[in-house]
Amino acid sequence: MKRWMVLVLLLLGMALVGVAIAEEAKTPLGSATETQAAPAAQGAQVTEAPLKVDTGDTAWLLISTALVMLMTPGLAFFYGGMVGRKNVLGILMQCFILLCAISVQWVLYGYSLSFAPGKGFWGSLEWAGLKGVGFTPYKDYAATIPHQLFMMFQAMFAIITPALMIGAFAERMKFSAFMVFMVLWSTFVYDPVAHWVWGVGGWLKDLGALDFAGGTVVHINAGIAALMAAIFIGKRKGAENKAILPHNLPFTLLGTALLWFGWFGFNAGSSLGANELAVNAFVVTNTAAGAAGLAWAILDWFFHEKPTVLGTATGAVAGLVAITPAAGFVGAMSAIVIGVFVSIFSYIAVTVVKPKFGYDDALDVFGVHCIGGIWGALATGLFASKAINPAGADGLFFGNPKLLLIQAIAVGVTLVYSFVVSLILYKIVDFIMKARVPEKEENLGLDLTQHHENAYTMIE
Amino acid sequence: MKLIIAIIKPDRLEAVKKELYKADVNLITVSEVLGHGRQMGVTEVYRGVKEMGNLLRKIRLEIAVNEDFVEPTVKAILKGAQTGNIGDGKIFILDLAECIRIRTEERGGVAIG
Repeated sequence: MKRWMVLVLLLLGMALVGVAIAEEAKTPLGSATETQAAPAAQGAQVTEAPLKVDTGDTAWLLISTALVMLMTPGLAFFYGGMVGRKNVLGILMQCFILLCAISVQWVLYGYSLSFAPGKGFWGSLEWAGLKGVGFTPYKDYAATIPHQLFMMFQAMFAIITPALMIGAFAERMKFSAFMVFMVLWSTFVYDPVAHWVWGVGGWLKDLGALDFAGGTVVHINAGIAALMAAIFIGKRKGAENKAILPHNLPFTLLGTALLWFGWFGFNAGSSLGANELAVNAFVVTNTAAGAAGLAWAILDWFFHEKPTVLGTATGAVAGLVAITPAAGFVGAMSAIVIGVFVSIFSYIAVTVVKPKFGYDDALDVFGVHCIGGIWGALATGLFASKAINPAGADGLFFGNPKLLLIQAIAVGVTLVYSFVVSLILYKIVDFIMKARVPEKEENLGLDLTQHHENAYTMIE
Repeated sequence: MKLIIAIIKPDRLEAVKKELYKADVNLITVSEVLGHGRQMGVTEVYRGVKEMGNLLRKIRLEIAVNEDFVEPTVKAILKGAQTGNIGDGKIFILDLAECIRIRTEERGGVAIG
């Protein structure tokens, strides 16, 4: 019965794609060019020349897009190393299937809901199936690269954001429930929040909130939803009194390195051009990651006798999270301060707050991404400087306290909206199909029970 | 016939093997095992969470011998594995009911050596 329902859904989806293809055929690739050329043909007051694609910018964004794509498998290994050996495939698969599923969701309607101009809750469905999203640049987002490239770059962000949450409910969520929850979450949480912050007509954007590469949209958004999921799905079996030991820390460090590498695309690519701003983002990204990794190692050394590999990796990721919203607005010295403090805040969240409240955020998505994202967004309100980016704004330390307030509003709105709507979606999924695997399956591990596979052979 | 089981520190394996060869004991089975004794293993820290009493890596030797080889084998293991520190391990000696060489189907003492 269930199998048939999935098949019917798939067929319906295919029919939709069919309609979209028919539409595409009516307006061949240069559709955006036509809409732009049309007013020009009418002559009169139109002075603007059609936008020209810059090859340097396009080359950099193509590379950046591929770099950000690599972050999701990198994240899979970052998380995969931290779980038990019976659940590693479950983690890798959850990350990888999001790469597949959101890639499709994004071109079907995700991009349109997020970025089509509109003052409402979402953008609109005007660009569904990439209708009207052609190769001519779209001035309001990126004036020098093909519109489809901007769309693809954003797709990678839409993929990694839900993937970040996987760490919170690791080792205990049913795969089918996971899939349904994630598609719903992308549609009802990611797409609207992305529209508010980045989209033309988005109300947080109009308010003046600064989020260079997605501290609010990506990290706070995913981090708070992760906390919700960790609380409501309950603790892992065996995590009541002790930590579940990571089964392969070399994987975790490898994943951290891939994340760091990919983050150059995430942040420096968010300048949407091969320019000075991209270089600034590149410099501060690297600096903040280094400062934060170093700070966490020192904290570990001081409070737990030895600097740990897991701690240093965690610190570096926290640093990358915190610098994300600020990357295009602050300088390298501010990046060091942002990096050091994010490790301190995340360290407290992970080692003090989590045990005190007793939620089982298995791989510390909340402690690293939400706390790091909040600090990054507020730090942008403190350290932003027009000397770095004239298109930005000055922060508190550069004489403009108003920006900090706006940043705080954006953070607060995202926290509340994401928590509440994620909770509703989670409860719906849990009610229909039970989000958590049965205890017996949890004991056997997700690799075997959800995928009928094992990561490691014990005996040949 | 006796079965000698020894739990030793991993870094002593080479020395023990050398001593066993000197005593003309050439047939051993080695496996990696985990365990701890009175000192309760090591403490590991993951993101600030302390895990006490974690198991330590050890090496387990199994050696089947005839009666006159028991003492030389024990002496060889002691010589190779003893450091005088906590965690040097243990030697267990068990009676062995039967031994069969699969290739030839020989039984008893001849099958051991």
